[in-house]
Amino acid sequence: MRTVSLRWLTTVLLLVLAAYFLLPLYWLIVAATKNTGDLINSSPLWFANPQLWTNLGDLFAFSDGIYLRWILNSVIYSGLGAAGATLIAACAGYAMAKCEFRGREALFNVILAGVLLPTTAIGLPLFLLMSDAGLANTYWAVLLPSLVSPFGVYLSRVYAATVPDDVLDAARADGAGEWRIFLTIALKIMSPALVTIFLFQFIGIWNNYFLPLVMLSDSSLYPLTLGLTSWQGFADREPILQTLVVVGSFVSVIPLIVLSGALQRFWRAGLTEGSVRE
Amino acid sequence: MRKRTAAVFLAPFVLLFAGFFVAPILYALAQSFTVVERSGLLGLRGQSTRFAGLANYGKALSDPGFVESLGRILLYAAIMVPLMVVGSTVLALILEAGMARWPRFFRTSFFLPYGIPGVIASIMWGFLYAPGTSPFTPVLSAFGIETDLLGPGTVFWSVMNIVVWLFVGYNMLVVVAQLQSIPRTLYEAARIDGAGRWGIAWRIQIPLLRPALVLITVFTIIGSLQLFNEPLVLLPVSGGLSTTYTPTLTAYHDAFNGNDMALAAAESIILALVTAVLSFGFLRFVGRGRR
Repeated sequence: MRTVSLRWLTTVLLLVLAAYFLLPLYWLIVAATKNTGDLINSSPLWFANPQLWTNLGDLFAFSDGIYLRWILNSVIYSGLGAAGATLIAACAGYAMAKCEFRGREALFNVILAGVLLPTTAIGLPLFLLMSDAGLANTYWAVLLPSLVSPFGVYLSRVYAATVPDDVLDAARADGAGEWRIFLTIALKIMSPALVTIFLFQFIGIWNNYFLPLVMLSDSSLYPLTLGLTSWQGFADREPILQTLVVVGSFVSVIPLIVLSGALQRFWRAGLTEGSVRE
Repeated sequence: MRKRTAAVFLAPFVLLFAGFFVAPILYALAQSFTVVERSGLLGLRGQSTRFAGLANYGKALSDPGFVESLGRILLYAAIMVPLMVVGSTVLALILEAGMARWPRFFRTSFFLPYGIPGVIASIMWGFLYAPGTSPFTPVLSAFGIETDLLGPGTVFWSVMNIVVWLFVGYNMLVVVAQLQSIPRTLYEAARIDGAGRWGIAWRIQIPLLRPALVLITVFTIIGSLQLFNEPLVLLPVSGGLSTTYTPTLTAYHDAFNGNDMALAAAESIILALVTAVLSFGFLRFVGRGRR
């Protein structure tokens, strides 16, 4: 009997915790259906004059549909950045696992130290370097730094070490080139790591705020995060923006919530590998 | 693999890493030792840069706003690190012990916030905190507690709550992953030796969780010290925040509003040094304890 009541007690405790984690999202769903007056004056946790479609229409129509542009920008930054970062990290990790050269461990440690570096310490000087190169306030200013994933190199190296040497040698004996071997054999074996790196990097770029904030001044280049906060800054003068910020936030979190089920599964492969080796 | 081939495979990463990680740090370091002097009336006759030694560091460390922000962020990290480590471990142990129903639902709902950008989370929590729209303040005042969740004393905890909300579920998954790598036979052996549920948690799970806990600690230290997004987004609606609330905010403000890049560089370097000392110091500390 005792274990049964313990089971219910923990379940109730976890339900309370789940309410804590889900409450802001529930609030967001409710708030996204309200007009600007009700957003401030109605009960915060219940619906009042729901008008989600009107709000969505306003959101995508405002300022010639700039919101759609921001979605597109976020997808470009995160998609291209994560894909590029994964490929580049996979190449580097593969080389580090399969070739012994002088200074290999030293280089590896410097790269790992890169994980520990505060990104904000890099952001300000990077802006000046980008300005000198004439790249500030362009797509490149956000894309290029996003191609670097020290964690990706680390994870790729761990997985590339499991690619059997005799398979590589056999392929070489058959006359396959190194690039071909990498693309057809190594990448296949490393694929669980590649998925993890891609997802980590995608979320990292999608959620990044400091880099675009420092680099971009032209609002048509903004990703979603920067666009929504810029609207929030103008909400004093244009009250409808208050509603649009809420609806815009709501739309922007939908894909990530849908994805997070898949994310959890792939996380595990990468994380265990990462922490077990420490 | 031949060394020339390896060099070709390594080149893209090494070049990008040098350009976007190493170069900015070196640039900031160099810049932090310089001062820009404007000549002529209102600096209209152009400007020149000269070596200034440690002047910028002196200026940063004698600025009460920056020093206070440094103290504040250290206090914040000192509370956040144990909170995050204990919170994520407890959640993971409860979920993995199989004591509760619907473990998959709970795991997903705890992890969900990780996919939400910090600034979006701050916008949402901003509404949930602000006096006019908060569902919490009426409840609190029903209990006789009149408080502004964004006021001078409370905003510190309100910001902390946003960060815990965002990351504790993610860190919980790191612990879960480590827990699942503990061989089943260890549990059976312990049970045969008469260990109960607490004995297993305390004697087997927690010691074997060490790598995961070290990982969480280091990343929480780094993340806490560069706190920026949450206070920046809450700044317009909160009476308790200022442009010098955290060191990163101060550096950002000095760079873009104060137009003093050299001072901002010095402040960033100081923060990076504090971060390095604490995170490497911690890694050495746990490394020594192991031998």
